[in-house]
Amino acid sequence: MGGLNTLWLLTKRSITGALIGLTISDRYGSIGPIRDSSMHPTFSACDNMFSGLLKADIVLVEKFCLEKYKFSHGDVVIFKSPTNHRQTFAQRLIGLPGDWVQVPESREILKIPEGHCWVEGDNAACNFDSRSFGSIPLGLIQGRVTHVIWPPQRIRKVERKMVPGRVSPY
Amino acid sequence: MSFVRSRIAGLFSGGGGGGGRFRKIPWREIGSDALDRAALVLKAACFVHVVNNYVVGIAFVLGPSMLPTLNLTGDVVAVERITTRWGSLSVGDVVVLQSPENPRKTVTKRVLGLGGDAVTYLVDPAQGNAARTVVVPKGHVWVQGDNIYSSRDSREFGSVPYGLIQGRAFCKVWPPKAIGMIGEKL
Repeated sequence: MGGLNTLWLLTKRSITGALIGLTISDRYGSIGPIRDSSMHPTFSACDNMFSGLLKADIVLVEKFCLEKYKFSHGDVVIFKSPTNHRQTFAQRLIGLPGDWVQVPESREILKIPEGHCWVEGDNAACNFDSRSFGSIPLGLIQGRVTHVIWPPQRIRKVERKMVPGRVSPY
Repeated sequence: MSFVRSRIAGLFSGGGGGGGRFRKIPWREIGSDALDRAALVLKAACFVHVVNNYVVGIAFVLGPSMLPTLNLTGDVVAVERITTRWGSLSVGDVVVLQSPENPRKTVTKRVLGLGGDAVTYLVDPAQGNAARTVVVPKGHVWVQGDNIYSSRDSREFGSVPYGLIQGRAFCKVWPPKAIGMIGEKL
């Protein structure tokens, strides 16, 4: 009888913990590994599901920015892939609504529509980003990466980085 | 009786020194009680958040775009999140999604095509019946309001990524005379 009681208590505790954890990770901030290599010099990644947890960088993602969808140029954001909603990517925000962006590898200059943004990876070789799928709706963004928290030798703040000459606000 | 009187007298005389009356108040119990209550409220809030985001939530729908399925003056609908999370939406479902033009706005539309489907729509139903056919890209959906004359939907902003969909509206819960399931209309 005592064993059953302990088990019940343990279940209750873990369910409560899970509820609180989910709420915090949905509303305030979460941590997670980087799975794709599109941000190569900034984050190191490993796309294997299991060893990825050991080798890849684990980052801290804050979600307060989602309240007003206020972002700055150069922020690193997490977003759902526009072609597969189960996949998320971490890439750098290059252009915000209303900006004119010069598309690399072509002479085109595009205006970013209202409510959209232009994201690119830091790794020029890997180009599954706005260069292939175009600008994405801001609603796909899930949070802003603020810190790398694992492995210990790479712990640091993620800096905003602007690429000069790519974007003009008019 | 005399025992009680002496206790009361002790309370008022201060029990030997100033602040004695305050010392009698069980601060410790009050504090732990308040902490327990706060924890309960916190747990309840977390529970509500998780249920609202992962199982069933409610949404207030306003505007003319979904007439006649949803009312002009505003209906409260129940939105379930499971179908969307599993990726098993089908054509004809009414969904609540973040507007691709303004991420802080949510809109309610009907899914008319999933990734890979070809959708034919009238370009401007008020001005003749010029139709256009598009193929919805992979991972996207084509959404349209039921009231094609007054709806801002995929005909204007194109197909939307699946990731913007927040849930499937399956049931009207308010006002009372409109209570009922939202069916498929095709």
